[in-house]
Amino acid sequence: MKKFRSMVLISNGDSSQAKGSEAVIEAFHQAIEKYDLGSEVYVTTIPDSSSAKAQPLVIVYPEAVAYGPVMNNDVDYLVSEHLYKGRVAERLKVSDPFEMKRISWLLQRTGTMPAENRIVLEYVGVIDPTSINDFLTHDGGQAFATALEMEPQKIIDIIKKSGLRGRGGAGFPTGIKWQAVRDAPGDKKYIICNADESEPGTFKDRVILEGNPFSMIEAMLIAGYACGADEGYIYIRGEYHDALEKITNAIQASREFGVLGNNILNTGFDFDIHVHSGAGAYICGEETALLESIEGKRGEPRPKPPYPTTHGLWGKPTLINNVETLGNIPPIIQNGADWFRSQGTPSSPGTKVYTILGNVNKTGLMEVPMGITLREVIGIYGKGMKSGTFKFAQTGGSSGSIIPAILQDTPMDFDSYRNVGVSLGSGALLICDDSNCIVDCVRVLMRFFQVESCGKCVPCRIGTDQALEIMTAISEGRGTMEHLAQLEWLRQGMEEFSNCGLGQTAGTPIKNMLDHFRAEVEAHIKLGVCPAGICSMGR
Amino acid sequence: MENAASQQKITYDHPDAINEIRDIVLETGKSKEALIAILKKVTDRFGFISNLAVQEISRQTSISAAEIFSVATFYRMLPTTQRGRHVIEFCESLPCHVVGGRELYLALVEQLGIHPGETSADGRFTLLTTSCLGVCEVGPVLSIDNNIHGNLSAESLSEILATYE
Repeated sequence: MKKFRSMVLISNGDSSQAKGSEAVIEAFHQAIEKYDLGSEVYVTTIPDSSSAKAQPLVIVYPEAVAYGPVMNNDVDYLVSEHLYKGRVAERLKVSDPFEMKRISWLLQRTGTMPAENRIVLEYVGVIDPTSINDFLTHDGGQAFATALEMEPQKIIDIIKKSGLRGRGGAGFPTGIKWQAVRDAPGDKKYIICNADESEPGTFKDRVILEGNPFSMIEAMLIAGYACGADEGYIYIRGEYHDALEKITNAIQASREFGVLGNNILNTGFDFDIHVHSGAGAYICGEETALLESIEGKRGEPRPKPPYPTTHGLWGKPTLINNVETLGNIPPIIQNGADWFRSQGTPSSPGTKVYTILGNVNKTGLMEVPMGITLREVIGIYGKGMKSGTFKFAQTGGSSGSIIPAILQDTPMDFDSYRNVGVSLGSGALLICDDSNCIVDCVRVLMRFFQVESCGKCVPCRIGTDQALEIMTAISEGRGTMEHLAQLEWLRQGMEEFSNCGLGQTAGTPIKNMLDHFRAEVEAHIKLGVCPAGICSMGR
Repeated sequence: MENAASQQKITYDHPDAINEIRDIVLETGKSKEALIAILKKVTDRFGFISNLAVQEISRQTSISAAEIFSVATFYRMLPTTQRGRHVIEFCESLPCHVVGGRELYLALVEQLGIHPGETSADGRFTLLTTSCLGVCEVGPVLSIDNNIHGNLSAESLSEILATYE
């Protein structure tokens, strides 16, 4: 990405527009041209802040100074003082302490792209993913070399201390998992990289694998050394042809270089990695279904316990980590647990890679510290809403939730989200505007679960099917109030009695819908009207 | 895999069909672990997994035909019935749905004149719906013969369909 010296955010929501923010934006572009700052200053818009008095609000990074209200005729002065001469334009600063408090969250970050902080993605797009030499010249392999000089238990202690939590959706503490595999009895152990990323809207693992495949190998080597395993598998979803090719080449190059195979770097440590390509089944991202699939069977989840940490692949102790979780390992080993803990929130340290999608101006990938808010994501990374106003966000697949606009200032970390009854999921942020109908969206999600349910256990197989049927009925104008009670009953049944995470969480969208959008659902049933005008209502 | 896909597909009544299946098993391995990889290669070569293929793989690997069939029918990418010359997989997941997938689906069904699961009368297209293809940043998305087409609209759709004979 092109680096700008400064970044200017201008609020441009309904209330700002009413006060002339569009003219302010135009004036900014003219002033920047006048002072010839086009290559140094980047101007973008954000939604309205909660501070109505200070609107139109202008925030200048990296200094993180808030100005407001900024009027058309203030712009020249502001640009010449702050951006041209480099001093804060005191006269226009937000002065009211009460207003200041309301926007303080915007001012906590510094840097040209506020809050972006790349750890896992640091070398993605920077190094040549086909060249092991390029990887090595960018500090690649350093963490593995450091790890080899440590006692295996010391490595696990560092991971535990770092507070790293699994990035596949569940947020289980990684260090504890590693310890369980290390402590499990047996000589033969396996390390598995779960790259069967299939949550709708999530493609972070694909980008990591395509951009820096060697880092996966390095992380798996460290895991193998720490847990006492000598064999690893990368289970990559069948649709990811390019990532499959990159990782296969990377493994071959690593073998030739001598960092995979027997007696690696003369340390007596043996480790090799195989690639297993999936064949199109969402459920195979569930860790025990993934094991079944590697063994060449139908990908049906096993009952748990026993957990894979003691009874995994072919019954041996197995460590299964998500791609992004593994991507955090080399930086933690290199920089230490304290460095990692200095980012994110105390209960969820580090960064999170998100995919941002839907009705925003800019879609794509970003890596930010845990604990930023949806409002920031939409305003800064999504570059504002493309159309309409923000209605809800869907955090992707079975492990995610529907997050209503009312929760957009909740910090995005595992525990804060759990406290308000939603979950972070695997990192997809599907931003939906008010032209979308909640009934239509939940129906689509239910169809996904109905199709992808493996069919092994009854609550999930029948529950998802009936939930889809009811959602379809509501969207076609055949819904009744009894249907809502049935949905709630189905959701509870699936949550309590399903065998694996898919069934247990398939009802989450239903719960979120009934909790936050009940009026809209009842409008379908009682009035026979789809407020967003999306559902067919039987016509 | 890229090579296998670009290779000309052959049919099961080709005189070398049995030998081809045998070669695939030999180069991939006879263990159960290799079964999914074998079935994927057979699909790449023949377009689908026929009864003949199941029987031959069973003979070579000593895995029962019933078990091979049960594995093949579990996975979306291991079809057990003949499909059209080109296979269209339309992403029906929510990220594509909210950025125009809803409208694209209607256009697709109208332009092809078939519904999901069906093959056009001339054998040109088979239409399937699928869950997320993992390229959500350019939705709405569909894939034709594993080539991804993103940022689609009803207008660009007809141009793309025309390039597949």
